[in-house]
Amino acid sequence: MGILEGRALSKRFGGRLAVDDVDFDLEDGEILGLIGPNGAGKTTLFNLISGAITPDSGAIAFEGKSVGGLAPHRLCRLGIARTFQKAKNFPGLSVYDNVLTSAQFGKKGRSDAAAREMTERTIEFVGLGPFLGKSVTDLPLAGQKRLEVARALATAPRVLLLDEVMAGLNPSEVGGAMELIAMINESGVAVIMIEHVMKAIMGVCGRVMVLHHGQKLAEGAPEDISRNPAVIEVYLGGRRA
Amino acid sequence: MGNPGLRLDMKKSVPFAIVAAALAAVAFLPRFASAYSVVFCSSVIMYAALSLSYAMFSGPTGYVSLATAAFFGVGIYTSAFFGKSLPLPALMIAGGVFSSVIAFAVGAITLRLRGVYFTIFTFGLVELLKHFVLWTETTFAGTRGRTVASFGSVTVFYCMLALLTALLLAAFLLRRSRVGKALSAIGESEDAAAHIGINTTAVKLLAFSLSSFAMGAAGAVMATRWAYIDPGIAFNSLMSFMPALMAIFGGTDRLLGPVAGAIVFAALEEQLITRFPSLYMIIFGAIMIAAILFMPSGVTGLIRRRPAKRKEDVPVGDS
Ligand SMILES: Nc1ncnc2c1ncn2[C@@H]1O[C@H](COP(=O)(O)OP(=O)(O)OP(=O)(O)O)[C@@H](O)[C@H]1O
Ligand SMILES: [Mg+2]
Repeated sequence: MGILEGRALSKRFGGRLAVDDVDFDLEDGEILGLIGPNGAGKTTLFNLISGAITPDSGAIAFEGKSVGGLAPHRLCRLGIARTFQKAKNFPGLSVYDNVLTSAQFGKKGRSDAAAREMTERTIEFVGLGPFLGKSVTDLPLAGQKRLEVARALATAPRVLLLDEVMAGLNPSEVGGAMELIAMINESGVAVIMIEHVMKAIMGVCGRVMVLHHGQKLAEGAPEDISRNPAVIEVYLGGRRA
Repeated sequence: MGNPGLRLDMKKSVPFAIVAAALAAVAFLPRFASAYSVVFCSSVIMYAALSLSYAMFSGPTGYVSLATAAFFGVGIYTSAFFGKSLPLPALMIAGGVFSSVIAFAVGAITLRLRGVYFTIFTFGLVELLKHFVLWTETTFAGTRGRTVASFGSVTVFYCMLALLTALLLAAFLLRRSRVGKALSAIGESEDAAAHIGINTTAVKLLAFSLSSFAMGAAGAVMATRWAYIDPGIAFNSLMSFMPALMAIFGGTDRLLGPVAGAIVFAALEEQLITRFPSLYMIIFGAIMIAAILFMPSGVTGLIRRRPAKRKEDVPVGDS
């Protein structure tokens, strides 16, 4: 049984079905890639899983228990953390305090001492050690993305949802981010990552799911997905048009 | 854990001592000052308490609430109803409790609203309560206004000072608590806060209710200074704007910002009213606009870690 399951999920915005009858499974310990053209419904699916919005229909189960309709903070404390496509770090707080806030609230009953330890460990882990006392605005884009990941990690998730953490990064930074995701996964966290950077998807994902117009178009091993004619048609065709 | 906390206490003990000394010095005022000064100072302390309670919730969250006059008015009516049967401290507590109960109920509905919608709703609450009280009074009591028991200006002064002292302590502790951290996180980004495990609704409700407790308590005290009240006096929307302006003027980032804002404002108001009675509102408004334009983090923001901020700016410019 997977750690996270979605069944027949749908979400409509006005006349538009942003997510249309989508099923998905995430196995414990795997990295699932989520790709699709702009507006395909990828972020909306993350919003449904993380409780930011409630589905019009469908069910979500985490570790075998139904979690549909739970508020974001409850889902976070259960073990589902996410990042945002446009980083939502707290600009008024230092790098340390950003992560500390997550460490303090992300799990119930964590003492201040434990939260501080978690904060230091997480900042080191994502490679932001040199920026510990700096303000968020001092971080370059790659650093901001890492901080976004650190804030999610400090809540000690079982499932991590990464929404385009590599967008805007240069090739060497993308390489660094791939390494980081692999390390996170090795530490026992299952990951779903939305990404437009194909090299990264092919490099770290065990499985890939393709969304198009809110529907699941294909799902499978990265090599198979990259050779799938329907995927090439909508994905590459859509990008070039 | 004890170590960094202790160091913080040492660093904060000096301002702490200064504030305590200032409050103690103010406490001796009725011994030698004129009766007028005592009354004037009570007003300043009331404004300080109101703007501090405003800043408690609105400062960190950025939710601009214009409901201050509503809770202040609830406190006033508490004294109007029970003033003849209860001592002033008991009236303060009762006014605070009624206000926070209303704040909790209203907050549960309106704290889903964000930005300007929340602000408009809170302002509507003042009008709603005013007309509700007016309707109830005329329908059931057959009256418009009420007389309020008086306790004397010195008692009023000491009750206000006690309220301000308690409020300063509460605001200080709140800032350092997890709830305080959660409030700041909500102000920085409410979505991000929810997704790192903060129960944003509960935290906002708690802070909103706590801040309105103090507003109600302040109203209960001030009512006893006015011999007669009616819904128009009790629910005066100026009491929503003044504390907000004072807090913004003083700066909500710092604990004492709203207090500083209240003192400067009250003194300014007093000067302007006596010297330029007809132009007072215009000058007042102009100063306010200038303050918001040129001092976005308030008067206390000017003193605040300026050189450090400058230094931090350099690498950003370089990259
Ligand atoms: N809160 C919302 N209200 C209305 N429409 C929305 C909302 N969120 C998303 N949509 C719409 O739903 C569709 C899917 O959006 P979504 O953000 O999920 O796409 P995406 O796959 O993440 O795209 P991108 O790659 O550009 O990030 C789009 O048409 C978008 O305009
Ligand atoms: Mg998206």
